[in-house]
Amino acid sequence: MLELDCRGQVCPAPIIELARHIGDVEVGGLVGVVADDAAARADVPAWCRMTGQEYAGEEAADDGVPRYVVRRVS
Amino acid sequence: MPPAVASGGDPDPTRRVYLDSASGESLHPAARQAFAAALDAAYADPRRLHHAGRSARLVLDNARAATAEVFGVRADEVTFTASGTEAVHRGLLGLHRGSARHGRTLVHTAVEHSAVLHAAAWTGSPVRSAPVDPTGRVRVADLDLSDASVVACQSANHEVGTVQPVAAVAERAGEVPVFVDACASAGRLPLPEGWAALAASAHKWGGPPGVGVLVVRRRARWRDAFPEDERAGHGASGFENVPGILAAAAALQAVVGERAEQTARQRAQVDRIRQVVGGLPDVDVVGDPTDRLPHLVTFSCLYVDGEALVTELDRLGFEVASGSACTASSLEPSHVLAAMGALTHGNVRVSVARETTDEEVEQFLAVLPLAIERLRAQV
Repeated sequence: MLELDCRGQVCPAPIIELARHIGDVEVGGLVGVVADDAAARADVPAWCRMTGQEYAGEEAADDGVPRYVVRRVS
Repeated sequence: MPPAVASGGDPDPTRRVYLDSASGESLHPAARQAFAAALDAAYADPRRLHHAGRSARLVLDNARAATAEVFGVRADEVTFTASGTEAVHRGLLGLHRGSARHGRTLVHTAVEHSAVLHAAAWTGSPVRSAPVDPTGRVRVADLDLSDASVVACQSANHEVGTVQPVAAVAERAGEVPVFVDACASAGRLPLPEGWAALAASAHKWGGPPGVGVLVVRRRARWRDAFPEDERAGHGASGFENVPGILAAAAALQAVVGERAEQTARQRAQVDRIRQVVGGLPDVDVVGDPTDRLPHLVTFSCLYVDGEALVTELDRLGFEVASGSACTASSLEPSHVLAAMGALTHGNVRVSVARETTDEEVEQFLAVLPLAIERLRAQV
């Protein structure tokens, strides 16, 4: 999984990072957005819906910060 | 329609277009007139038995009767409060207190105004949030009312405009009383059916600020949750703002009288905005497209900071609101947009006002795509 460290960034910055780097993984690959901004919890799934990618769920990074996982499907 | 901006996107410094009527509608001319008259005639304490007191009492009673008539309720069910928020607090918490023997849990839709959420949390009682669909409409079939003291369901959503199925909620609720926050819709849409208590706010229909309306149905189990005030009686506190109340009632009568015409124009203007904005790249128009408030529309733009967009539109002469975290009073994103699964950043709420012209809407639509593009290019 490609991990994007967006700690300390506020939306839309983590979503912009996600859009910049989704093409860095192959179709079927995963991108993890590690973000402590509360808006990312709503905005990563919404970005997936709007851009036709797949939201694969939320987990926690080693330091407890949420990691929002996206699967590239197109 | 001529383009509203010069080729460089320079603003017209003389232009101010107010597109935030959902936050506060400008004072209706009928309210201004009534307010001025009542300032002179109704300054005295309406509880006193002298001539001046009786004059104030008469003004207050007339305002109450007029408001009750427009809302289709009894005059003795209407109480004036100092704000819509106060009416929400008193209405919701009074039903919760009145139902203490029947249930302990306050149930509310996930998209209620923060006044409802804060009041519910303040009780210390259990609170349950009821999920909504992607348009922001409460899922009536999934409504869990176990141990419920009260269920709060707004008439229509203040951020995205979606009308809520209050009558269906009331039918499902059965004996559980329904509280309706009607602040976003009162005066603009007829009140729904089936509720026990309801709150409204005058400045949202073109009345003055500082006047709320609490309606408690006569048969409702409602017990005042606040200290008793012997002078104000049923559910209110303090010396009434009689001129403001009269102005609120005058505005309400006037806007309901003009409603058919206003609603038709506003619906068409919002349809036009929805159509154009919906065609912009990476922009999500949210809320129900048809079963909605007539005057407002909300959309979210990917990769744009909501605060920057509001500021840029203001620079260009257009005054809009936003539910994005950076523009609201808290660091949390809009709980309404999050509950719907909508994008919370880059959010703009446009609400056309009583005097908004079609030309102004076209000017806004000419400016908006350039503003979004400019902000995206800065990233």
